[in-house]
Amino acid sequence: MPTFVYMTRCDGCGQCVDICPSDIMHIDKTLRRAYNIEPNMCWECYSCVKACPHQAIDVRGYADFAPLGHSVRVLRDEEKGTIAWRIKFRNGKKDMDLLAPITTKPWGTCIPKLSEEAAPANEMRDSELLFNEPKYVRMDEGGLHTLESNGLKMKVGVYY
Amino acid sequence: MAYKTIIEDDIDILVAGAGLGGTGAAFEARYWGKDKKIVIAEKANIDRSGAVAQGLYAINCYMGTRFGENNPEDHVRYARMDLMGMVREDLAFDMARHVDSAVHQFEEWGLPLMRDPKKGNYMREGRWQIMIHGESYKPIVAEAAKKSADKVFNRVCVTHLLLDDGKENRVAGAVGFNVRTGNYHVFKSKTVICGAGGASNIFKPRSVGEGAGRVWYAPWSSGSAYGLMIEAGAKMTQMENRIVLARFKDGYGPVGAYFLHLKTYTQNCLGEEYESKWFPALTEMVGKEYLDTEGQHLSHKPIPTCLRNHAFINEVNAGRGPIHMVTMEAFQDPHLEEIGWHNFLGMTVGQAVLWAATDVDPKYENPELTTSEPYVMGSHATGCGAWCSGPEDVSPDEYFWGYNRMTTVEGLFGAGDAVGGTPHAFSSGSFTEGRLAAKAACKYIDDGKAEGIVVSEKQISDLKEKIYKPLETYRVYSNEVVAGSVNPNFINPRQGLDRLQKLMDEYCGGFGVNYMTNEKLLQIGLKKLKTLEEDMDKIAASDIHELLRAWELNHRVRTSESVFQHTLFRKETRWPGYYYRGDAMKLDDENWHVLTVSQRDRKTGEYTMEKAPLYHLVDEE
Repeated sequence: MPTFVYMTRCDGCGQCVDICPSDIMHIDKTLRRAYNIEPNMCWECYSCVKACPHQAIDVRGYADFAPLGHSVRVLRDEEKGTIAWRIKFRNGKKDMDLLAPITTKPWGTCIPKLSEEAAPANEMRDSELLFNEPKYVRMDEGGLHTLESNGLKMKVGVYY
Repeated sequence: MAYKTIIEDDIDILVAGAGLGGTGAAFEARYWGKDKKIVIAEKANIDRSGAVAQGLYAINCYMGTRFGENNPEDHVRYARMDLMGMVREDLAFDMARHVDSAVHQFEEWGLPLMRDPKKGNYMREGRWQIMIHGESYKPIVAEAAKKSADKVFNRVCVTHLLLDDGKENRVAGAVGFNVRTGNYHVFKSKTVICGAGGASNIFKPRSVGEGAGRVWYAPWSSGSAYGLMIEAGAKMTQMENRIVLARFKDGYGPVGAYFLHLKTYTQNCLGEEYESKWFPALTEMVGKEYLDTEGQHLSHKPIPTCLRNHAFINEVNAGRGPIHMVTMEAFQDPHLEEIGWHNFLGMTVGQAVLWAATDVDPKYENPELTTSEPYVMGSHATGCGAWCSGPEDVSPDEYFWGYNRMTTVEGLFGAGDAVGGTPHAFSSGSFTEGRLAAKAACKYIDDGKAEGIVVSEKQISDLKEKIYKPLETYRVYSNEVVAGSVNPNFINPRQGLDRLQKLMDEYCGGFGVNYMTNEKLLQIGLKKLKTLEEDMDKIAASDIHELLRAWELNHRVRTSESVFQHTLFRKETRWPGYYYRGDAMKLDDENWHVLTVSQRDRKTGEYTMEKAPLYHLVDEE
């Protein structure tokens, strides 16, 4: 869905430019505000809409199949850990508020820094294990699956 | 040229493209390589890049061995059944035995996984899928990658891999340019883990005009995984195995949760079930091993994705379209209705926008479905990608050359879409493959395999000239005409993309020809592609952004060439519903129960095709 930017709300901060996965949100050099330079490479992913600190960016459905007069707005809040959506139908008959969590932990605090973890022993290097394994595979004392442990044998060709 | 050359030297592990595969690689590499220099190069911003940029509402690959649900061999059976037998079972088994450990870590990092309040296990959408609130899936895994990497180069589009000038067939890093500053970036690295993406937008999309970005796979998935690796001479596998998706019409909203969790179902315009009537004839085409209509009911074996597509396509062609998704029953339950909408908001907002725009309330109206244009990728229900080594404890000799997930180019590893023969990895499996590749890359370096790499100044300067040539072409010729985009000396990237999409559609089995092709058509298509490739030398870019599009197009063209070669090679119709070889309409296990492997000669551009044996680790249940 191509995004567009409201003239009076955009202050040209460039958050949308920084985040757009498709590199299509650019700053207009004369107006010093952001706009979508290539709507036909827009995936309606809403990354820029969510990133805009002024809610200056909105989406108008693709002209080739979406009639005018609808609205899907969003507010994403990392501190609260939620995302709030509002969907309004063209005919005004449906107006929905939907709320979902985006994280269960204070933002960015629960990811380990692997440089600070104890280095793996040589025995582990020579095994098939990855970081935190085997524990994290089953969260118990069980080992990693192998052909042998699972009673499997290699065979070439069709036999099933 | 005013652009600076910025050299990043002494890298141990370069992650080229950081979607789910690349972030997994960067994260894990730090554990096995405490003192190693880990660098990420990504054409967008890793917080929102790759196919999961928008979020996901489900993790489609989770075994649940912890809850006694599935074992890795069950995953192999499922992926094999869905892909009509064509899977690298060693790679699939290896991914599946590790994938749960990735998912359990995601939960600890804060990704909201839904749990069954009574049983305590994760909420299942289907046998393999668990439900998540995954709007921030990508920012969360990106955080993990950032904590491990020494440097992250956002907005650097990697265009080419560097090769060792001292030793044949060994990787030496990569080059690209910054899409903001325009500067030329050289990454000299002992290993490269290619985490770049599969390809959308190489077949003509159903959407037109402004809507051309409304593709199923992200429009920024430019086939760079294949473009980079094929150019470097890596062997590729199963590139003919493009995928067609049955999805909600126009918005391409996902149907998985609708079928599996909401228990919605499809019917034709007369309100009839239509799939089963196509199955007897289909069994004739593919054989009883793949579709046993009588036994199917008893065994509850799922029907392969492509075969369901086949029934859909044929029912529409018989004049009984459109196919509807029956939502009106499920949506009477307010809880299920909410899930239905959340499902879109979590991963395909555009479908919600479309229904709001067209006043389609699935509670009172059954929405239309469609079959998409084809996509070339390796982590959904398809397995295109590089021919990679498997793990030493599982793989037979033909599948093993020392380092897990290493391609046939030494020191070049793959993850996610880059690895061939590993369908149904999805997000979690791609992340897991990245981790496996990272461990193997560290071992490769520690074993002394990356000593004495030489990168000549000539290689670096030749590539620089090549990369910026579209800007130069524009500068030289644009003033020859008064104004506008029509010029006898060049085409722009959009014009090139349009030509590619048209010829892929018409000659390689796009939606416009009902997914049909044959040897004659493929040969004509290849000829046309060859002239497009000649014109690629004359592509022009008016600015750095267009230069990005020019190189994305280059990767798409290279991917397409490989798809043509593979489709031509496999003389059978292995996946009816994905594509048809009109001159060989039957599945032919006698000659084609094999994996197809190709190699493009770096110097001549000639393709060599071979059949690789298909090993089965796992028997029937």
